[in-house]
Amino acid sequence: MSMIKIVLAAVITNNYVLAKFLGICPFLGVSKKLDNAMGMSIAVIIVMVLATAVTWPIQMLLLVPKGIGYMQTLVFILVIAALVQMIEIILKKYIPSLHKALGIYLPLITTNCAVLGVCVLNIDEGYTFVESLLNSFGSGVGFMLAMFLFAGVRSRIETNDYPESFKGVASTLVAAAILSLSFMGFSGMIDAIFG
Amino acid sequence: MEKKSKLQILTNGFIKENPVLVLVIGTCPTLALSTQAINGIGMGLSVLFVLTCSNIFISALKKVIPDTVRIPCYIVVIAAFVTIVQLVISAFFPSLNDSLGVYIPLIVVNCIILGRAEMFANKNSVIDSALDGIGMGIGYTIALTLMGCIRELLGNGTLFGVTVTANVITPMTIMTMAPGGFLTFGVMIAIVNKITKGKVREKQQNKCLGCPGSAFCSEKEEGGEQ
Repeated sequence: MSMIKIVLAAVITNNYVLAKFLGICPFLGVSKKLDNAMGMSIAVIIVMVLATAVTWPIQMLLLVPKGIGYMQTLVFILVIAALVQMIEIILKKYIPSLHKALGIYLPLITTNCAVLGVCVLNIDEGYTFVESLLNSFGSGVGFMLAMFLFAGVRSRIETNDYPESFKGVASTLVAAAILSLSFMGFSGMIDAIFG
Repeated sequence: MEKKSKLQILTNGFIKENPVLVLVIGTCPTLALSTQAINGIGMGLSVLFVLTCSNIFISALKKVIPDTVRIPCYIVVIAAFVTIVQLVISAFFPSLNDSLGVYIPLIVVNCIILGRAEMFANKNSVIDSALDGIGMGIGYTIALTLMGCIRELLGNGTLFGVTVTANVITPMTIMTMAPGGFLTFGVMIAIVNKITKGKVREKQQNKCLGCPGSAFCSEKEEGGEQ
């Protein structure tokens, strides 16, 4: 039960983009077209889960026993960068079609704060290995949900007539505020269901 | 680009190329931490320190770092300084540490720092890079604190923790929550647009300007149909 709760909470109530403000850059940058939003989100889900699968054991089996927990930031970011590079190489070699679809988004993900954020938060929250993986997966799906909804919203905004000074980023942010407001309606829902 | 004087380099980041309001980079911590003015100052100064140190370091090492692996090298340098900040904050400012939380380690992936390293520090002298780092850091602090003031005043009726309007007007709690962050940021950018008569909008389009993936981000956005 708590497993489902973690996933649902990560997708809806604690949505990484709309509630925790992680991964805003791609959210604002790549959400213009639905295709791009989808490619980016899938890449984010894959990298988030794999990065957690690698960083959690490193933290628990290497950094903590050796008493060098303060190296967390440095080690995590390097591991994520190396991991992304490796995924790219492997995809290019063995699944070229997938590489063609996702390849361009992969380098962007290294510097995506949502990926490093989810790895660090998993440790901070004290999740077990399986819970961490679920939380990462849920967060990735939450990112995808936000990207999808927002790509739709944005395509409608573009065609409308609104004040000149709001054109560009400003209108996008205001729209994000409304979307985030609607997501707040979910708060409490998870607790109400699972008690 | 014409040669800029030292003073221009320093003040560039204050308003003309304010990293938050004009370049629109490093948005994640901006939105998340501007709930209170004091958080804005804490985060702003952390970024100022990391940015200045990494700019100096990277600029000094620019001949040593091979071009092909420069991004990982920058990340290591930045992560080292972020770790220093993290340790200092958790040792001396535990309450600030609690409110900044996960956003301190996330300074590593903040586009502002990597962006300045890529755009400025690896092309300019050590002194110029240091000035650029200080200027950008101050610009960031100003924007973050300003946003923090607005949100704290509207959402909590206080300013730096001191009650201002809370007794007179019922505070709108929503302003300190997620939607308030997006709204305040959006309106602030719109105001900057209005004041500058849309001159800065061109720069805003280039969202992750200087972030290593930016070239490809904008390429993809334009030629998305391929």
